[in-house]
Amino acid sequence: MNILVCVKRVVDTSENEIALNSAGDDIERNDLVYSINEPDNYAVEEALQIAARSGGQVTVVTVGGEDDEEILRREMAMGANQGVLLTDDCFAGSDGRGVATILKAFVRRGNYDLILTGVQAEDGAAQVGGMLAAMLDYPFASLVTSIEVLDSAKLKISREIEGGNKELNEIDLPCVLSIQTGINEPRYVGMRGIRAVASIPVPSYGGTELGLDGGTVGAAAAKVKRTDYFVPALGKGAEMFRANREENVEKLIELLAAKGGLK
Amino acid sequence: MLEGAQFVPAFLSWLVPEWPLFLKIHVLGLACFTYIVARRLVPLVRAARDPRFDRPVTRLGMVLKYWLGQWKHPRYKTAGSLHILVFAGFILLVIRTFTVLLAGVPENFRLPGRPGVASEAYGVVTDYALTLVFLCMLFAMVRRLVFKPARYAVPARYGKARAADAIFLLALIALLMLADSLFEAANRAAQAQQGLPVGVATVLSLPWALKTALASTSLPVLSTLSSRAYLLHEVVFYFLLCYRPFGIQFHVETSLFNVYCAKLEKGTVKPVDWGVGDEHLDEVKSFGVKTFEDFTWKQMLDFYSCADCGRCSDQCPANAVGRPLSPRFLTIKARDYAFEHYPMLRRPGNGQPLVGSIYSEDEIWSCTTCGACEEECPLLVEYVDKIVDLRRGLVDDGKVPQSLQKALKALESRGNPYGKLGKKRADWAQAADFQRTCSVPTLTGKNGADTLYFIDSITSYDDRMQSIARSTARILTHLREKFGILGALEKDSGHEVRRFGEEMLFQSLRRDNVQAIKACGAKRIVTADPHAYNALKHDYRDVPPVEHISQLIARGVKSGAIGFKPLADGNSVYTYHDPCYLGRHNQVYEEPRNVLDAIPGLKRVEMGRSRDRSFCCGGGGLALFYEPKEEQRMGVKRVQMAAEAGANVIVTACPYCLANMEDAIKVAGLDAKMRAIDLAELADQQIAREVPKVEGREAAVIQQECAVGRSS
Repeated sequence: MNILVCVKRVVDTSENEIALNSAGDDIERNDLVYSINEPDNYAVEEALQIAARSGGQVTVVTVGGEDDEEILRREMAMGANQGVLLTDDCFAGSDGRGVATILKAFVRRGNYDLILTGVQAEDGAAQVGGMLAAMLDYPFASLVTSIEVLDSAKLKISREIEGGNKELNEIDLPCVLSIQTGINEPRYVGMRGIRAVASIPVPSYGGTELGLDGGTVGAAAAKVKRTDYFVPALGKGAEMFRANREENVEKLIELLAAKGGLK
Repeated sequence: MLEGAQFVPAFLSWLVPEWPLFLKIHVLGLACFTYIVARRLVPLVRAARDPRFDRPVTRLGMVLKYWLGQWKHPRYKTAGSLHILVFAGFILLVIRTFTVLLAGVPENFRLPGRPGVASEAYGVVTDYALTLVFLCMLFAMVRRLVFKPARYAVPARYGKARAADAIFLLALIALLMLADSLFEAANRAAQAQQGLPVGVATVLSLPWALKTALASTSLPVLSTLSSRAYLLHEVVFYFLLCYRPFGIQFHVETSLFNVYCAKLEKGTVKPVDWGVGDEHLDEVKSFGVKTFEDFTWKQMLDFYSCADCGRCSDQCPANAVGRPLSPRFLTIKARDYAFEHYPMLRRPGNGQPLVGSIYSEDEIWSCTTCGACEEECPLLVEYVDKIVDLRRGLVDDGKVPQSLQKALKALESRGNPYGKLGKKRADWAQAADFQRTCSVPTLTGKNGADTLYFIDSITSYDDRMQSIARSTARILTHLREKFGILGALEKDSGHEVRRFGEEMLFQSLRRDNVQAIKACGAKRIVTADPHAYNALKHDYRDVPPVEHISQLIARGVKSGAIGFKPLADGNSVYTYHDPCYLGRHNQVYEEPRNVLDAIPGLKRVEMGRSRDRSFCCGGGGLALFYEPKEEQRMGVKRVQMAAEAGANVIVTACPYCLANMEDAIKVAGLDAKMRAIDLAELADQQIAREVPKVEGREAAVIQQECAVGRSS
């Protein structure tokens, strides 16, 4: 099975102290640590596991700039066969639909049976996967928590439903799936793994190579534009129980019961 | 050849008719033993290299101390005393056993010699030695059958009980002693009846008792008895020789080599591949131990040498709290694997991954590398290096628990496991109150400071542990040390990174730190973190010598540079918890205790498990991020030990110990009765300072600021 995983490099929220820039339209980006969007990492791991079980190749693709090659290498160190960078000045400022358009052009060049994305980017809107499927006229399933290959034309997948329930679906290939975290345990990539793939070339394609009309992507084509970015004001602080242990426990149980946390 | 007919004992001629049989058994026994040992050596030949033949004098010293001197044995009084007696008996009996064996071969194979005072005396000594061994075997069997010490039990998850095998082997040794005694007794009884000299009567010995019993037996019967006893002795001897390599008694043969080849440097971790320099590690195809053949030959020899005595697991804190790790079975499972995959007759099997078959991932991550197992092992079997090697294999295959992956990634991108900014590393020194009493410069190589205070990650970033850093800085100031820090250039020491198997990341952190340390111009390093201390001392090269703050304080107390005021709180009872990487791995036991004992009015008790038997708090560094499967926290068990000792203040000298102890005190519900404090904090709090007036503030105010944990 030929699998394509669409990934994104994001600001690592667990390792950064996020602050607004002075203009107030974005976060302060000096001194930030970036990493692969966490759900995307699960998607790559899932692709690698499917390829290990059913055979096939895993390609990892991202839309961005030179700096984004770092995450492609990390995923190649995990085991992806190839990394591809889609980069062009005219891509800058694309909205979700623009990114999906770029990805669609790339998908059309290859022959992929299955396309995976993370359920959403940590700085995104969980929209590219669905749009890409629609543009390709492929079936789409979101919040996928398990994948079983039934045959060369069908998958059995489970999806997470709000409230902790799950549903099982069959879906025809080729298709696009957005992968939920927790579907697997992504393998660790150490420095040694990254060093081992350091010299493998990562091909990059621009708008011309992808046959894209410059007017369909980039800032000019974007129909969704960010107008503001802010950190919400802190709400009322947490309540501290400062009595002795027994009283605290009693009070906690009372509160939990009142809020429906205990049945 | 013996001279004079009167010296030829009658029994030798009795054995003559049976020589062909005896000789066949000798040849067969020796051939079998040689073949079995050769087969056992097959995996060792395929194994990874391990240089263990350097420093022969030191190694001979190890043999004298740990093998001949049985140094570790008295740590377990009953079993240890028993073993010392049996070992001494065996050593004494070596010549006698071979003499008896040679009695059954044609004369020209025997060594020339004549009975003399020395051989007479040797006969007396060994009569008692074999009696002692015989009684020890009986006692050991009774102990195994009736008293059943808990540490020999085999938990269901580790397979079947092995008591039957142990008892069988004990019985065989007893039988060997009995056969020797019977042979001697029959011969001496015959000599006595023939009016030949029989030597000194070894009253109350086993041969003497049997000889007395046989005194009136007829010569023909004695003749038969003698040759049957010889046959029994010979058969049991060779059976034991050939059976031992299949189980726990192989250590009789291997222990001497295992002790000679033991690891000499405590606190160190073996390189990924002996003989491959750090700069060539990229060329190594696979890291760590994945299949059995990835172990070094010495690690395999360890597996063969284990006597299954269970002391390692009896001391192991992971085992004690129900984690899925028992050092004993780490070894036994590997030995069983070796026996199964390197069989006597068939071809050896192909190497299959160990983790997933005989070991589980949780088992390998459960170790805190505290070293209690290694400290206890009478045969000097090593464990920490094996755990690290197995982890290296897991890391290389990407099998790292998610909770650790986050911390490792933060270490890679930020140089600390918390993902905090490097420029905030020295924020602990920015607390306003602290800055008024103590200044901590960042070393540039031009400050003229000769001492570097290396703080390490937890003490730099953890709000509570920052208090240790401030106390340490104040103590260094009091000692008039010209010191400074690396500030943002300091990275995590990587001590746990290396011990959790991420060697390349460790080397990257070390590279950065070594560069910064060299540039800072310091001539020595001080730290309050035993993990950093161990890393700088054993894992780093080309850095100035390092000391732990407890050593400086102890020296200051001794020289008079530090004087303590009496303890205000007279009702507290203190106990000192030895951090593993200060105590066991570096033998710093006395200095912290000397410091405590120098504080007037401080009552100190020792916990049942202290010094080299200290019980790990739960582990430091990355161990804080690992979510183990366990029934209880190690720390909780430890604070309960402190409570049992009658203490209500636990003093330690490690930020991780302090973090684990403080958590455990809360978990154990002892927060009203017990508290934990770092040695540096306590010393800082108790130092008698001639307090100058600073900016018009009163001495008392500053004293108060110096009080532990409140300075920010």
